[in-house]
Order: sequence, then C-alpha cells, then structure tokens
Amino acid sequence: MSGFGVQVRDLIVRYGDDTAVDGLTLDIPAGSITGLLGRNGSGKTTLLSTLAAFRRPTSGRALVDGEDPWENERVMAGTCLIRESGDVLADEKLGATLDYVEQARPHFSRELAERLLDTFELDPKAKQNTLSRGKKSAFGAVVGLATRAELTMLDEVYLGMDAPSRYAFYDALLTDYVEHPRTIVLSSHLIEEIERLFEHVVVIDHGTLLLAEPADELRTRGLTVTGPSDAVERFSAGRTVVGRQQLGRTAQVTLFGPPAADDDARARDLGVELGPVDVQDLFVHLTARAGATGDAGGTAGLRVAPSDDPAGRSGSLTGSGAAGSDPTVTEVPR
Amino acid sequence: MFDGRDPIYLQIADQIRSSILDGTLQEEEQVMSTTQYATTYRINPATAAKAFAELVDEGVLYKRRGVGMFVATGARSTLQADGRERFFAEVVDPLVDQAHVLGIEVADVVKRIEDRATRIGSEAETRGAAQGGAR
Repeated sequence: MSGFGVQVRDLIVRYGDDTAVDGLTLDIPAGSITGLLGRNGSGKTTLLSTLAAFRRPTSGRALVDGEDPWENERVMAGTCLIRESGDVLADEKLGATLDYVEQARPHFSRELAERLLDTFELDPKAKQNTLSRGKKSAFGAVVGLATRAELTMLDEVYLGMDAPSRYAFYDALLTDYVEHPRTIVLSSHLIEEIERLFEHVVVIDHGTLLLAEPADELRTRGLTVTGPSDAVERFSAGRTVVGRQQLGRTAQVTLFGPPAADDDARARDLGVELGPVDVQDLFVHLTARAGATGDAGGTAGLRVAPSDDPAGRSGSLTGSGAAGSDPTVTEVPR
Repeated sequence: MFDGRDPIYLQIADQIRSSILDGTLQEEEQVMSTTQYATTYRINPATAAKAFAELVDEGVLYKRRGVGMFVATGARSTLQADGRERFFAEVVDPLVDQAHVLGIEVADVVKRIEDRATRIGSEAETRGAAQGGAR
C-alpha cells in the first residue's frame, strides 16, 4: 500500500495569544481514507497546514512519512493540501493552473484532470475567480485528486458543491483511490453522506483530540433506545446518556459507549427497540458545548447533564486530555 | 443500505449470506469484487475487503487467483445449518415468550404455523408447476 502516514506528537500551534492546536497526538494510517472531523475553529485547518509545511509547530512534532515536512523537498513533492479557497491561481484560466500543477507534481494525471473537468462541467478557459462557489470547490477537488499525491488533504473541499457534484466527487475519489491507493484526508464538519468512505476517523475539538479510531468502531459506540419511558430508563441505567427525546409516554435516548453482550436480550425483556446512531449524530454529541455561545475555557467534550449522570463521575473521554477536569464529563469505558 | 447497528463489514457479510441462502447467489457463481462493491455502495474498499475476508475464512466464498471471488460449493447448506440454531434462539424463543405474555395457547400457535407452512408449500408447488416443474 502506497501513501504517506502521519504521526503527530504533542503538537502545539499558536498564533500570537491564540492556541489553535493544543497538544495534539494522533496517527493517520498510510494508505487510508481518513475523516478529520471537528467544528468550525477546532484546529483542523491549522493541523493540515502544519502537515503541508505552510506553518511551523510552536512545539511538538508533526511527521509525514517519518520526516519533518518543513523545507523537506521529498515529502513536499508527495503532499498536497487543498483548502476551501481552492489553493489555485485565482486570476488564471483553469487550464493554466493545470499546466502549472502538472509541472510541479510528479504523479499528476492530466487525463484524470480533464475527465473531472468534464464531470463537473468546468470550462478550462474560464478564470477561477469568475466561478461560483460550488464550481470553485469542484475545481479544488479536481486539482487535489489529479495530483495523486502520497498524502492528499482536502480541507472542507466538498462543502460548496451541490448534491450531484458531491456524489460525482465521492465516486471519482473512490474509483481513483482503488486504482491508485494513497493516504487521503478529508476534513469537514458535515459527514452524513461521506462517512462510509472513511476507514479511519479523527475527531478534534478546541485543538485537542477527542478520538481517533477505525470508522467501523466509532459506529458501534452509540445506540438509540426507544420505548415506554420507564422501560427506556431501566435499560439506560448506569450508561452514558448523551441525548434524550420525549414524545408523550414514549422516550428515545441516545447512549454512548460500547454495546453490552446482553443488550438484545435485555431490550426484548423490557420491550424497547434498539437502533443505530449515525456518525454525524455521534459527532454532534461529542462536540456539543454547554453554552450555545461556545466555551472559552477550552474544556469542551462529551458533556452530560447532571441529571443523566447520577453517579457524578468524572474523567476524560479518551485519556488524551480532551476533557480536562470538567466534572460534568462522564468517563467513557473503552 | 447498511443502516443497521452492526459494523458495516458485518452487514455486508450478512447481506451476502442472505443472498446465498435465498438463492440470489448460486454456488460457484462469481460475486462482485471489493472494488465494485465499494464503488456501487459508496463504502470504503477496506471495509468491503474485510467482509469478504470473513466469508473466505468461513469457507462461504473462495478466491480464484486473478479471476475473483466465488460462492463455495456447499456454502448454502453450511449457512442453513448455522442459521438453524440461531433461528430457534432468536425467533422461536421470543415468539413463545410473547405468546405467553399475550395468553395465547401453544396449540393455537402451532396450528397457525402449520396452516402457514401448508400454504407456503402449496404456493411453491403451483409456482413449480407453472415453471414446468423446474427446480
């Protein structure tokens, strides 16, 4: 499997007094499609910019294929970051940008680029800064995919696209990834449509790590329980409740944590229905903050209302220091 | 598609098992490649590969080098045997429990099962006759 892996160790990146990445330690497996998830301002773009050597760490290390990317010609030749702006020549024709990228990038495929321009209905003679937002995003995706870099990072690149373009993007990404395996990092806060493309998921918040694990594992970390209120309460006793809805005498709660072996038997006995939680929901729960205006203290994490946690236990979410000493954060068993 | 509670690779494996059990996939028939599976359902190729690997381990699928994945001979009867025990535990036991809660006599349940089985049998016979007794 080709592709550059990433190791981040105790990474801190500050802009003046502002700490964008605050002691991050994580790995991105070589050759995987990894989802980098985080809310706006969580540090995703700063992390990716550091990996692409657009920024230097304030302290700690960010290694790409085992080496510091800063002024590293070999690593940089195989690393491509497309930010929301497109990272292209704004006042040039699209074709001119492709000429430029073709010269600079060893694995660039002009054939794939031309095919994708067609798919997204982009005119190579148009100038990038005359395009609509969606078309700009699409062109960023074209450049990012056709570059075929060992580490390809697409930062929020599909957010501006309309639905047909997004699906065309997912299909193009998968098809080309299968033929030319490489490490692909897709960052976003909107993951509903794309989460099944991920093999690995990293969630960050306030510049710290909430979790990093195989996507399939993350999916089994949550559970919805629906049924008569008292039965639902009895089923959920002692579990971490992250969401609760009530409709008359019927309740639905969202539980976080690994499933128990006897879940199905207990559900049957109590007459409640168990359902899946989608990754987007889990993400919202994981990064929900106490106040609607956000949390300046930087201790956000999995917050649980006191009434949901009679034991009042405290601890951190993944042992990564994500939750700090916030007493309302419930320990999640692993 | 694949919106159950289990990891997606298990749901893919289950789907292929069901297709073999209901005859959609015949023994010695080629199944989709992991690549086709990934692009058709927009899932990660590694996830699809994991499902196929599990079925190969179980002897349900086997690999012909350079050609692809095929359903193993005997896969259907193996799956039927595995499914038998699970059917009693997951379908029959809860059914008996529920009947008890509702105060339904076991004899009534048995009669209903027999009626239903007779009807399915005669429908299959009619279908078989219509197809000139094929099967």
